Order: sequence, then structure tokens, then C-alpha cells
Amino acid sequence: MSTEKLELFEVFIRSKRGLDHRHIGSLHAEDHEQALEYARDCYTRRSEGVSLWVVKSGDIVASQEDDSESFYDPSDDKPYRHATYYKLPDEVNNM
Amino acid sequence: MKTDNNTEREALFQQRVDNEEKIEPKDWMPDEYRKNLIRQISQHAHSEVIGMQPEGNWITRAPSLRRKAVLLAKVQDEGGHGLYLYSSAETLGISRAEMIEALQSGKAKYASIFNYPTLSWGDIGAIGWLVDGAAICNQVSLQRTSYGPYARGMVRICKEESFHQRQGYEIMLVLAQGNEEQKRMAQDSLNRWWWPSLMMFGPHDSESAHSAKSMKWKIKRETNDDLRQKFIDQTIPQIEFLKLDYPDPEIKWNEERGHYDSGELDWEEFYAVIKGDGHCNRERIQHHVKAHEEGEWVRQALHAYNEKKRAQKAA
Ligand SMILES: [Fe+2]
Ligand SMILES: [Fe+2]
Ligand SMILES: [Fe+2]
Repeated sequence: MSTEKLELFEVFIRSKRGLDHRHIGSLHAEDHEQALEYARDCYTRRSEGVSLWVVKSGDIVASQEDDSESFYDPSDDKPYRHATYYKLPDEVNNM
Repeated sequence: MKTDNNTEREALFQQRVDNEEKIEPKDWMPDEYRKNLIRQISQHAHSEVIGMQPEGNWITRAPSLRRKAVLLAKVQDEGGHGLYLYSSAETLGISRAEMIEALQSGKAKYASIFNYPTLSWGDIGAIGWLVDGAAICNQVSLQRTSYGPYARGMVRICKEESFHQRQGYEIMLVLAQGNEEQKRMAQDSLNRWWWPSLMMFGPHDSESAHSAKSMKWKIKRETNDDLRQKFIDQTIPQIEFLKLDYPDPEIKWNEERGHYDSGELDWEEFYAVIKGDGHCNRERIQHHVKAHEEGEWVRQALHAYNEKKRAQKAA
């Protein structure tokens, strides 16, 4: 087995309790545990966060921007999903 | 864990809560806190999902294509809210299947307002305006709940809720400015949905079984009675703007308190509906079971398709 081609991991960090984990970057590692340690060394040297997630890049299934027309298009012709679509008189507009 | 000592752990936990820090899934937490949260979040999730039924009842009979599209979008949102909430309960170690089982067997509750029937189109207006309005009051407050995944779910939900109440009020506005029959319909819907909406905030603080602990742990941020008063105060001017009659003859501005006074709720009705004797309790659960069972072939088909794909890949 090649020791050159380590697996690619994506790193997510929670910068503060109460916030969602955010994608912050990626790295190569042998396994999940090692990835977590590398992530700590690479991405949290200045107390950037309180919690890390590592996920194998290959396990991420992503939609493509090119697909966006068929994937997201219907939203644009459904303006009634937005609060601003409903015009209410000033007296009750704080709703 | 730094310490094996439960009292120390609990002190640290409480300190976090007191400091307005969120509790996250992997943190140590008291068993009671976990249980309390699972009860409250799953109950909230069930409410979103069961709440699709009374409104779904009018999708095919909405008075125009526009109203139908709006109602569909709203009911679709509520299904999504159920999903966010089930997922956040799952971070506490309970499975979706266990929660659904508890709902269907009657072990778990959902907001009893959804056991009232939707008799007229006006009811769709009243639900958006009052029921979503009351839910928003509660959910805005819960954006500051101490459990991270629940708080974040609430932020997402509140963003989406904003149109629900406005579309409901818009329906009411059209009816209230319409002909005599339409005005009567609006008034009748207001009268029927007012009281159950107030009951959504739960029993009086003095009667509420879970309140004290929930406040200390900041699962709840405001008490039932405070939230109810907030809702009453904000809704009465909206009733006046519609030029409808108060649904409660005891509603009166109290200068001294700086709040509206209002009549006592019918708590006997409240507990009867919770215990299963509302108009639609049985129907709601039966429908949920039926939909779940009728969906079984879809789940099986998905599973079979996956197996097939896996076999193809292996070959
Ligand atoms: Fe909702
Ligand atoms: Fe809700
Ligand atoms: Fe809603």
C-alpha cells in the first residue's frame, strides 16, 4: 500500500458554543483519529474553535453549480414563500 | 471527563447554563435535562407534523390558485420544521422510530390545538394569524434555549415562519372587509380559535409540572403566563384593526399593569383535549398511522433499489 496517497479529509470547526460547525479546510491523514489531531494542529492554533469535525471528502455528496437551474429554479417563481410578499397596512405591519 | 464526580459535573453544567453558553450534544448533561429536552423537542416536532392535517384539509378547497399555492408552501414548511426538530432530538440519543412510535401509541403529546377541526376557509386565516402567531411567540423565545441544536433549529424555523402569520392575517383582512357573510365567517373563526390559541402556552405557571426545572436549565426562557400575556397584548390591536369583536368580553386594557386583562381559560376543556377527548384526536393519529403504513412500499422500493445498485457496483 502506498504511503504517499493519504486520504483527503474535510474539516469543520465550531468557533463558539451555540454556533454551527463551519467548513474551514481540508487535510490528508491515514484515518479519522489522525485527521482530528492534524486538524487541531493546523486549524486551531489560535483558539479558533471549541469543537472539530472531520469527514472523509469522498463521503461528501455534493450538488453541482451547473445543476442549479433544475435543482433550485422553482424557488424564484414562488415569491409567496417570503414575508415581504404580503403587503399589510402600517398599523399591523410589525407582524 | 475531568471529574467522575456527578455533583461537580452538574455544577459545571449549571455554570455553563448560567453564563448563557450553549450545551452541545457531546457535553455531559444531567439525565433529567436530557429527558426533559427529548420530551419537549419531540412534542414540538409532533406538533409541526400533526399540524399539517387541519390545514391540509383545505388545500384542495382553497378559494383561488394563489391561496392554494400559498397554503401548500406553508404546509410544506411545517413538514420541514418537523424534520429539523426530530433531527435535533436525535442528537440526544433517541431514534426517529422511537419518537414516531411514542406519538402513534399516544405516549407522546402534541399541541392540543391541532385536535380542533377546520370548518371553514376562515379557519385557515385564523390558524396562520393566531396559531402560528402564538407558535412564533414561543419559538422566538426558544431561540435562546440552552441546548445548541434546539436553539439553532428555532432560528431556522423562525425565519421561515415569518410568512405563515402574514398570509393568515391577509386572509382575515380580506374576509373582514368583505360582505356580511364573509365578516361572519371571520368572526366565527376568531371566536373558535382564540381560546385554543391561548391554551397553546400551556397551563398557568403555578400548575405547570415542568416549568421550574426548565427555567433553571434555561430550556424555557419565559414562563407560560408571560408568553401568553405577550401574545394577547400584541394580538388585540390586530383584532381591532380587522374591526372584529373581541372573542372574549373580558378583554380590557389595564393602565396600571400596562397589559390587557382577559377572561380565564376553560381548563377542563384543555385537560380533556390533552387526554384525548378533543374533536379530532383519534382521527389525527389514525391518519398519521395510515400515511406511515401507506408509505411503507416507498421505503421498501428505495431499499431494494439501493441493494440493486450496490450489487451492480460489486459485480
Ligand atoms: Fe412551524
Ligand atoms: Fe412551530
Ligand atoms: Fe408555521
